[in-house]
Amino acid sequence: MELNDFIANFADQFDDTDPDEIRADTVFHDLDEFSSLIALSIIAMVDEEYDVQLRGDDMRAAVTVEDLFNTVKSKKA
Amino acid sequence: MSACVPAGVVRNKDLGYLIPEEEIQKTIESIGIRERRIADPGVCASDLACKAAERLMADNNIDPASIDVLLFMSQTADYRIPATAPLLQHRLGLSVDTMAMDLSLGCSGYVFALSAAYAYASMPDVRRVLLLDGETFSKIVNRKDKVDWPLYGDAAAATLVEKGDYGPSAFILRSDGSGRDAVIIRDGMRNPVTADSLIEKRNENGDVHNGLEVYMDGMDVFNFAMRRVPSTIKEILSETQTAMDDVDWLVFHQANRFMTDFFVKKLRFNPARVPYCLDRYGNTSSASVPLTMVSELRGNVKDGDKVIMAGFGAGLSWGVASVVMNNCNISPVIDY
Repeated sequence: MELNDFIANFADQFDDTDPDEIRADTVFHDLDEFSSLIALSIIAMVDEEYDVQLRGDDMRAAVTVEDLFNTVKSKKA
Repeated sequence: MSACVPAGVVRNKDLGYLIPEEEIQKTIESIGIRERRIADPGVCASDLACKAAERLMADNNIDPASIDVLLFMSQTADYRIPATAPLLQHRLGLSVDTMAMDLSLGCSGYVFALSAAYAYASMPDVRRVLLLDGETFSKIVNRKDKVDWPLYGDAAAATLVEKGDYGPSAFILRSDGSGRDAVIIRDGMRNPVTADSLIEKRNENGDVHNGLEVYMDGMDVFNFAMRRVPSTIKEILSETQTAMDDVDWLVFHQANRFMTDFFVKKLRFNPARVPYCLDRYGNTSSASVPLTMVSELRGNVKDGDKVIMAGFGAGLSWGVASVVMNNCNISPVIDY
């Protein structure tokens, strides 16, 4: 799996956030639009695109988008 | 079947104190819950259940003396002791020969309770089982909890299960207690209730509860349901040799629209055959499956219709039932 694809999929879950604002080092919990419902969208996207099931603790532990990418990657391995 | 909801309406558009105004509409669309019914402080789940049962018995000319078993599924019973089912036996004028007992599970509850009702109804000397399922989560959810308060509503439903010549039914009922913390009221017996239990605390997400109120990790619940619910539905279809297209109605626990829409998409099921009442009643925990059947299937369900019901929630606990509707009279939803 590719980091850039993951970032694009991640950015797709937001309606009002400029996709350019979402990069590997973005601290996504700090984005204005991030909410518990966006978190569910991300969990659903990861299930559909990568067949990986993320737990609440996985989401909370990841600081940046790349951290979450690495979590998904390690679960997929 | 019958159902009763409190007359009091709480609208999610009025939650400006909890959710920024610009996000309210988006939240309503995502969770699919416009408004909920909330009981007055003095009204319990058993009161709603009692009224639903009275309506069911009146509409179907059921002699109270003919009820052999009374089951009450709830996590908001009247007292810690005694159980509520015997009190309902008395209030409903059922015979003292009635076997009455409480059952306790969260949002998966109705499917489990229905399996128990079916099991009792299949015993030699049992002819009628009255299954009451009621919840008043408004009593155990903090108004400042932005995860839970927009979701939950109060309701009760009554289902009469009779011995008879019905089509085959099947249940898959499962449990995983390793997920204890996903939905929990922490203080009780394991963690004794003290004065501290009543002190509101703010968690890392900014939500407020005290030790006697529900805490839910929405992400963990979603993760659990996503892994378990669609696969268990597929499993029951395979076990009963039923094609997806042969299912007339797929009735989900009304958790939130985002979640169940995702399951429908994952299952590639026809969304027109998935009834919803959560826009008007919210998530009513274990009462949501029968409430949906009463409010949405009344006048729409035909004899021979195959209905799949799916409940999932605290425990963790999940169950799927496959039943064939036959001679099922559904009364309208009534207000308390």
